[in-house]
Amino acid sequence: MSTVQASIPARTPSADAVSRWSRVRADRNFIAVWFMLPAAAFLLLFLAYPLGLGVWMSFTDARIGRTGVYIGLENYEWLWDDAIFWLSVFNTLLYTIVASAIKFAIGLYLALLLNRNMPFKAFIRSIVLIPFIVPTVLSAIAFWWIYDSQFSIISWSLTRLGLISHNIDFLGDPNWARASVIIANIWRGVPFVAITLLAGLQTVSPSLYEAATLDGATSWQRFRHITYPLLTPIIAVVMTFSVLFTFTDFQLIWALTRGGPVNATHLMATLSYQRGIISGRLGEGAAIATAMIPFLLAAIAISWFGMQRRKWQQGGNND
Amino acid sequence: MLAAAAAMSSEELLGYARAWAQTAQWKPEAGAKINMLRWKRFVEAEDTAFLKIVDAFQKANNVTINVSNEAYDDVQPKASVAANTGQGLDMVWGLYSLPFLFPSKCTDMTDVADHLAKVNGGWTPSGEAYGKLNGKWIGIPVAATGGLVNYRISAMEKAGHKTFPKDLAGFADLVKAMNKNGAPAGMALGHASGDANGWLHWALWAHGGNLIDKDNKVIINSPETAKALEYVKGLYENFVPGTASWNDSNNNKAFLADQLFLTVNGISVYVAAKKDAPKIAEDMNHAHLPAGLDGKTRELHLGFPILVYNFTKYPQTCKAFTAFMLEPAQFNPWIEAAQGYLSHFLKAYDANPIWTADPKNTPYRDVAATAMTPAGLAQMSEGAAAAIADFVVVDMFANYCTGREDLKTAMATAERSTKRIFR
Repeated sequence: MSTVQASIPARTPSADAVSRWSRVRADRNFIAVWFMLPAAAFLLLFLAYPLGLGVWMSFTDARIGRTGVYIGLENYEWLWDDAIFWLSVFNTLLYTIVASAIKFAIGLYLALLLNRNMPFKAFIRSIVLIPFIVPTVLSAIAFWWIYDSQFSIISWSLTRLGLISHNIDFLGDPNWARASVIIANIWRGVPFVAITLLAGLQTVSPSLYEAATLDGATSWQRFRHITYPLLTPIIAVVMTFSVLFTFTDFQLIWALTRGGPVNATHLMATLSYQRGIISGRLGEGAAIATAMIPFLLAAIAISWFGMQRRKWQQGGNND
Repeated sequence: MLAAAAAMSSEELLGYARAWAQTAQWKPEAGAKINMLRWKRFVEAEDTAFLKIVDAFQKANNVTINVSNEAYDDVQPKASVAANTGQGLDMVWGLYSLPFLFPSKCTDMTDVADHLAKVNGGWTPSGEAYGKLNGKWIGIPVAATGGLVNYRISAMEKAGHKTFPKDLAGFADLVKAMNKNGAPAGMALGHASGDANGWLHWALWAHGGNLIDKDNKVIINSPETAKALEYVKGLYENFVPGTASWNDSNNNKAFLADQLFLTVNGISVYVAAKKDAPKIAEDMNHAHLPAGLDGKTRELHLGFPILVYNFTKYPQTCKAFTAFMLEPAQFNPWIEAAQGYLSHFLKAYDANPIWTADPKNTPYRDVAATAMTPAGLAQMSEGAAAAIADFVVVDMFANYCTGREDLKTAMATAERSTKRIFR
């Protein structure tokens, strides 16, 4: 008996500790933290760290091969008075806004067409994706030939048709060059918009259309009051991505024009690369890249709030 | 000796390499493994000849050299990343003034340069300017692609010039007359690292203009630069349309397609024409750009320097290979294989038969004699390397010629950018 009594108080603290440990172990939040750690480490290492390093670098005069010293806002002050930087900001905004708007219009139209019943539906849908699948640099080289100042197939055809007497200087004239790179970007970006919107369209229940048709709705009314509202969340997501991809585009411009002629097609991304890597001034290049962040945040914010506006998404009624 | 070297078989070359390794002052580290990055060849035979050199060196010294190729616009970013991270590559065979972009990361190659000078009749002044920083060699300028005038003989004669003009006025007149005859000239004004930088620096220097003086003071905003801008605008107005967007390959294509009759380029147009368009090859010739207002010719050519990183584990192997490559037994067959595309900086190679076998090659022999570095009056430096990589001079000319900026603004913009680089 006495041994039993003696053993009980002796065991109590350890039993207490065990049960606390097993309680902690069974705690879902505690386990969740552990499960999230790899992902968090991944994000920190590959996203937060490079981003932080880039921002830090923009406050230094780092050059390739040398860590710079802290110079405060000097890089930004210089860029503030730099006409080429502001030209690149203008180019980037023009490129993003025009290309994204047209990509959305064509993409939506294409999605509506592809959503109809037609022969070889699957085949045609997969063909539409081709521009998106082809590596950017490859399609850029094709466009480079199409836009060549001497051998352009467009100039050649128009000359043969007797419509023009001189080759069009697609990439040599600033405005032509801007239009040309925007068209190449649209060609490449439309499939992404079209196919994603098509996926959205297919979630819309056909019974809604049937009911509307019975009520005598025209096809415009059906689009305006059924398709469009139900597609809005998808549109917001697609356009966020589309704007982000376009804003940060690099390959297409670099392969086609290297930012020329006379910087007329330099985007912030290409200018940042030109100054940071090619010319070796890492600090200044990082400052240009960092200057892109506010624009990107604004683009994300706009579509985020656009998405949140719809109450039904949070379980309420959409009025 | 030359003929013998050219005809050396792989075994003979290996035997030679072994003998060379015995006496060389650099002893490769045992089992060394080197990663070397080079610009991607323009002429296949050149690459084959280069790989033969690599092969013989590997076998004779029991080391490994991994050669990777990059299109020449991509060499610099990769080399820069390696310099910045301190890993990935041991040596780079790059272009222009690559070692000057990160001189603190380059191994001192003075011993190699001195040895090569002794064996090969010395360096030309331009070779020294391209390799040396503050008395220390930070890279070995292996060769340069000469940017010289390529012109169609018949078009020049039709424009009223029996021989190629030797002064600025004659050259401007030729370009104008050729355009009138419907056989236009054209030189790149886009971001073409080789072509555009080459001829526009010539135009600047020919009029007495300079980006910086010998003490790195920015002097681009000057009456001389203004004269150069006016001169180039006069040429540009008579060019074939589209040159503002040209990169390094546009003029080659247009020349070979009978659309362009005068341009500034390496010998590649001629080499390609000999193969595919013999009529054009027969009707074309090469010349140095005309002398400047002071009677001197200064040109900017596309140099190809080798650099060894100071973080390599195998500096002796890298140095031994560089020296081995530029020895007559290797370098002569290599430069012959390049068919005139690459000109040397070491004086002894003037005697290579490639320069006289075809008189149309001869102007490219003297590339080193007219070559200046992008720094112009000053010593080559990090700043000058950054300025040329950023197309400061090219953009100044393009801005004025295309009418995007007036004369004063174009010069002021270039001045501002340069001052920042040299602050």
